[in-house]
Amino acid sequence: MSSPSVHFIVERALSAWSDETKRLPAERIMKEFLTSQFGVSIVLANVIVLALLGTTAYCIFIERKVAAWIQDRHGPNRVGPHGIFQIVADGLKMLFKEDIIPGHVDKALFIAAPGIAMFVAFIAFAAIPWGGPWMLAGNLVNVQVANPDIGLLYILGVASMAVYGVVLGGWASNNKYSLHGAVRATAQMLSYEIPMGICILVIVLTMGTLRLEDITLQQTGYWLGVIPQWNVFLHPVAFLILFVTALAESNRAPFDLAEAEQELVGGFHTEYNALKFGMFFLAEYAHMITTSALICVLFLGGWHLPWVPWTQPEAATFWAVLAKITVLCAKVAVCIFVMMWLRWTLPRFRFDQLMHMAWKGLVPVSLCLFVLAAVLLYLDLERSVWALAGNAAIVTAVLLKASLSRAEITGRTANLPPITSAVLSPKTRPEGLAP
Amino acid sequence: MINESDVLLLAEPKLSAPEKLYLPQVFEGLKTTLRHLWHTLFKRAMTVQYPEEKVNVRIANYRGVHRLNRDHDGRVACVACFMCSTACPAHCIHIEAAESPWDDREKYPAKFDIDELRCIFCGMCEEACPVDAIELTHHYDLVGRTRQEMILGKEELLAIYDVTREEKPRKDPPITGYPDTGGRGVGPRAETRGGRLA
Repeated sequence: MSSPSVHFIVERALSAWSDETKRLPAERIMKEFLTSQFGVSIVLANVIVLALLGTTAYCIFIERKVAAWIQDRHGPNRVGPHGIFQIVADGLKMLFKEDIIPGHVDKALFIAAPGIAMFVAFIAFAAIPWGGPWMLAGNLVNVQVANPDIGLLYILGVASMAVYGVVLGGWASNNKYSLHGAVRATAQMLSYEIPMGICILVIVLTMGTLRLEDITLQQTGYWLGVIPQWNVFLHPVAFLILFVTALAESNRAPFDLAEAEQELVGGFHTEYNALKFGMFFLAEYAHMITTSALICVLFLGGWHLPWVPWTQPEAATFWAVLAKITVLCAKVAVCIFVMMWLRWTLPRFRFDQLMHMAWKGLVPVSLCLFVLAAVLLYLDLERSVWALAGNAAIVTAVLLKASLSRAEITGRTANLPPITSAVLSPKTRPEGLAP
Repeated sequence: MINESDVLLLAEPKLSAPEKLYLPQVFEGLKTTLRHLWHTLFKRAMTVQYPEEKVNVRIANYRGVHRLNRDHDGRVACVACFMCSTACPAHCIHIEAAESPWDDREKYPAKFDIDELRCIFCGMCEEACPVDAIELTHHYDLVGRTRQEMILGKEELLAIYDVTREEKPRKDPPITGYPDTGGRGVGPRAETRGGRLA
């Protein structure tokens, strides 16, 4: 919310309380409050937090289901029809477990860490534009908790604080494995913040605003009358990089090295159990939903769906708002499904590969994209087909570089003697070696 | 210590330019997992919903819970010879013999307990039994709430025979010289045993 309107509402409410209370009926004050942006924001904030808690919990259930289907299993199906109450059972289990705080931990930080992780993951939602404008009893309000000028910066800042939950959890645990997980998480998040930030800068340059509602509004037109002006069609490479970095930022496979169970027991949450573990779990999924929503707003048109009259910016009725919220939620759901699908497809990166990919792959490519966007902006061509052409040129350049470079992708051969021949077939196997 | 000559250096596969960007392999993998997801969702899963659905175990040679057979007169076929409990490698069969109330045999089991928690389901008791009184059925869903419940007594073992006699008839006809064999106990094995016991 921009600040003048806040002051306006507060002043009005205060004056209503001080001397006009006798003249204004209580219902009218209530109604004016509820139909103002301030009232809508407060109601929406509460609704979003509650809805989000439920959704995050159900994400865990859906993740288990998707995992099962990919692995040819049924998944949880005992509690309720198709297992839909499984998460209630799990939640109760988490709630009623004995809350163990090991003797060797830093108690204050140990307790604070899961709270920080969850708090940070949840407050980022404030700036997501869920339903666009709403004509509510004569007031035009935004279905959004807050619509600050720096919405994008706010989300970026808050999202990068998510690492505190992990780092403090790992540090406070006073355990080698936990600390190792936390250190990995820090290095990974710091590395992947950079390409993520640059890709977002590409969008900021193209759109000319940091306000998420305006970014959505600018994506509602059409090219050639058919193609919706979503940013994904302008900068597909930036979209791809943002998606990859979003996976890394929310500690999801294939970037979940912070909790690599084969190496680090449980990683940063080794010492955690009961509800505190559950809070880390919920925070991870809340983070997934935030980053998915951000991706959808930045690249996939937010609440806009082409040709559906209810999801156009002009429509501001209650039903239009509901349709827009549904559209954005559906897009977020698709994003989250893809994240889960990737998790159950790809093995985990090795840590050096992870760093290679960020610093030698994603950072240079996103810098190229940034330069492209800046040049196009200078030439006033930032939203033309040239952006797509530039993306294609960057992909071609990267392919060319890849085909010319002789370095193996694993980066492992550097420390080994040169390989003379592949000894996979019996013909090339050296003499005297057991088959 | 690894011999230098035993070390195989495998050349890494040569990757094409697009493959070096990881993406083609990622999409290939996504295709595979999507195929599995689709098949599980719309056709069938590989797993079986156990208590409701059961796979067909090979009834002929699966060794599950024991039963004590009855002879043709409905009496317990066991003659309390202790062959099974002697053969049992897990020492899970406990028999208390008593004088038989019937004329055709000397002893019968007053008590016949099998500790199913100790049992290793090797089938040695079945092999050892001279009168084919103890047999293993193909029932594998053997559960109990206490250890005591898992010790099956004579009546329980006879009851298992009563419910499984249709799906798995007694392996051999009685060959012990009982009066009602009907001449079916023939062959060298039957002759020697029959001769001894008759």
